[in-house]
Amino acid sequence: MNWIIDHLPQLLSVSGEHLQLALVPVAVGLLLSLPLAWVANRWPVARAILVPVSALLYTIPSLALFVMMPLLLGTKVLDPINVQAALTIYTVALLVRAIADALAAVPESVIQAASAMGYRAVGRFFAVELPLAVPVLIAGVRVAAVSNISLVAVGQIIGVGGLGFFLLQGFQSSPPNYQEIVGGIVLIVVLALVVDGLLALAGRALAPWNRKAVSR
Amino acid sequence: MIEFQSVTKRYDDGTVAVDELDLTIDDGKITVLVGPSGCGKTTSLRMINRMVEASSGTILVDGADIRSQRPAALRRGIGYVIQNAGLFPHRTVLDNIATVPILLGTKKAAARRRAEELLDTVGLPRELAKRYPAQLSGGQQQRVGVARALAADPPVLLMDEPFSAVDPVVRDDLQEELLRLQSELGKTIVFVTHDIDEAIKLGDKVAVLRVGGKLAQYDTPATLLAKPVDDFVAGFVGRDRGYRALGFLSAHGVEVAPLSTLTLGEPAPVVTGWTVVVDERRRPLGWLSAKSTVEGEIRSADLVAGGSLYVADSTAAGSLRAALDSALSSPSGTGIAVDAEGAVVGGVTADSVLKVLDAARRSGEVPS
Amino acid sequence: MSIFDQISAWLSDPDHWKTTLGIAGIPQRLAEHVQYTVLAVVIAAVIAIPLGAYIGHTGRGGTLVVGIVNSFRALPELGLLILLVLVMGLALALEAVTIALVLLAIPVLLAGTYAGVRNVDRAAVDAARGMGMSEWQVLVKVELPNALPLIFGALRSATLQVIATATIAAVVSLGGFGRYVIDGNSQREFDQMAAGAVLIAALAIVAELLLAGVQWLVVSPGLRKNSRGRARVR
Ligand SMILES: Nc1ncnc2c1ncn2[C@@H]1O[C@H](COP(=O)(O)OP(=O)(O)OP(=O)(O)O)[C@@H](O)[C@H]1O
Ligand SMILES: [Mg+2]
Repeated sequence: MNWIIDHLPQLLSVSGEHLQLALVPVAVGLLLSLPLAWVANRWPVARAILVPVSALLYTIPSLALFVMMPLLLGTKVLDPINVQAALTIYTVALLVRAIADALAAVPESVIQAASAMGYRAVGRFFAVELPLAVPVLIAGVRVAAVSNISLVAVGQIIGVGGLGFFLLQGFQSSPPNYQEIVGGIVLIVVLALVVDGLLALAGRALAPWNRKAVSR
Repeated sequence: MIEFQSVTKRYDDGTVAVDELDLTIDDGKITVLVGPSGCGKTTSLRMINRMVEASSGTILVDGADIRSQRPAALRRGIGYVIQNAGLFPHRTVLDNIATVPILLGTKKAAARRRAEELLDTVGLPRELAKRYPAQLSGGQQQRVGVARALAADPPVLLMDEPFSAVDPVVRDDLQEELLRLQSELGKTIVFVTHDIDEAIKLGDKVAVLRVGGKLAQYDTPATLLAKPVDDFVAGFVGRDRGYRALGFLSAHGVEVAPLSTLTLGEPAPVVTGWTVVVDERRRPLGWLSAKSTVEGEIRSADLVAGGSLYVADSTAAGSLRAALDSALSSPSGTGIAVDAEGAVVGGVTADSVLKVLDAARRSGEVPS
Repeated sequence: MSIFDQISAWLSDPDHWKTTLGIAGIPQRLAEHVQYTVLAVVIAAVIAIPLGAYIGHTGRGGTLVVGIVNSFRALPELGLLILLVLVMGLALALEAVTIALVLLAIPVLLAGTYAGVRNVDRAAVDAARGMGMSEWQVLVKVELPNALPLIFGALRSATLQVIATATIAAVVSLGGFGRYVIDGNSQREFDQMAAGAVLIAALAIVAELLLAGVQWLVVSPGLRKNSRGRARVR
């Protein structure tokens, strides 16, 4: 506890950095996965490619993906972009599949009713299909956000890890600094839970018709 | 024989689903429990195989208290069919049907052989044996459900709204099939439905329950239609019950008058009244109107569609309801009576039907 | 020389395939990584699958399971690993890492098994009881076979997570493919790091394909996706 209080200003700024490392990929990943999911839902060929590729990317362990990023992006090994790009890949891999499935689950009758009212494909997507997919979308975003927050710490192994810094520093100092390690863990968990809670609230606000199902 | 002796079921939350039920269910007959939603039909049925334990009272099967047996053993001797069939998705049709015999210790090969025979019994092609439930239509799944319940040849069959999730045409098929099966197997069947028409069609006896789990009336379908004990039963049995009651009266005795016919393709004579046009095997094709002005050969386009047909076989005359309906639905006012092969044997009029009804009433055959 | 050439040069160097002078070769690192993974997944499965099946069958404690799983998802693997190793001491690092891996795998397996059993068509379970199956038979003959797709899904996620976390275990001086990344990083040998990453990814993909293959063989064809889309549960 003392350690946390002593280092509060530093912790807050590193927490901000940690959140940025974890959540920018969630936002970028969400923006990328919407059109991809739309494409996957529209054309079976696209789906047949996107779904297995997503599954494959999701399979690759985080540390390996962090290390591979410089190969693919031509970035420096210690560039924060590596971690963010890798987490973006995870987010996209998770969301494309989930959103495509949610879009496919929109009842045909609803789509036809919307078309009959004069919506064209794009307008219908934003007015009808996407809102109906919101609960699944929020659930996916929550999983992505929480796991990204805990994965950022792994990035510390290659030098970019937000709060992960305290975990490794506490481990490597002699004698080991338990307060620093536990403080780091607790902060990461708290960040994850707070972000998850906020996203859950956002989900309830965005999809009020789903409230019963959410609270179940 | 299954006997309910003042059986009450009170659920943990205090709901009294069945209240002091006394009911005797006859061997080898179909007994239907019917009533509005939530009146305790399912609860009563499930107490028989101890899927639900009665709070008080006694249930006897063949004179023995059902509590004298372990539930699992009791259930293996009682067939159980539910809505949506409840087939095991991970097993093939054949293995679904073979489940109980295998539970009872029959060798797998023998159980499967028996299962194949049961496919025939319930009117399914043997090609379906290797399919999985997800690859069947709703009606086929329901037939498999019935076959599975019959597999160990239990004397008693419990059926809880087995046909309510399929479309009306399929439901009709399944009902006919059940009646045919029952005429061969003679099981003791307890059948739950909320559809009074289904109850009247299938039941040898019908028990009407009211909400709160009280028995309102227990009678044959004919008596139920003719003499409902109170407004609740009368309301539940529904409109047109007088007309539907005719379904239980034999049309034996209804006069079948000769009917003049013409054959398709024959040159039309001068028409004097409504005339039935038949094919070369005397099966009715339609009517030629009294006002028709056909010259030359009679073609299909000249015909007016006919009404329902009244099958008046010499062995089994149809019901008064069928005879009356054929007359009422015919454009000429005369119903067409056909034999088992579908060939025209004559005509019936509403008048002649009502005359027979009147006679039946006077002789006391119809409860009034 | 491009980095891809460097990786393939590193991987095809025969020296990296032999264990010499106490320096472990690729086969030994592979054996270590597989050993950590299999041990942890098996222990976790032995604990979580029966427990999840019991909770799913009785329906008691379901909310507890969901709560545990959600809170574990927020826990940073690296922190858990480091803390356990420090608490138990470096001499017991292998045991500490195994415990950490088991702790991470249990929630996933527990949730998958619970959801799998719980999601079995209630009508099928009702029919099973009505036909005279004992509770044990209902569980073993009906609920578990029908839950297999979800149980396998959980087994695959758990295995991937354990492989990934076992990689990180190199930080606390354990073996496995993670060593190449850690050592490459500290020795500034990027070819070694990258080759290690490729090996790790390959291991994960092979494990995933193997389990998918086993699932294909074990799960009843009646439960395959295309025969009727079943609700997927995460
Ligand atoms: N497990 C239970 N716990 C508490 N109450 C129950 C339970 N099962 C049924 N009930 C209540 O008991 C009453 C009778 O239920 P039951 O299922 O027997 O009705 P039903 O006649 O079969 O109705 P339906 O036609 O809708 O199937 C209802 O009020 C119902 O809500
Ligand atoms: Mg019911």
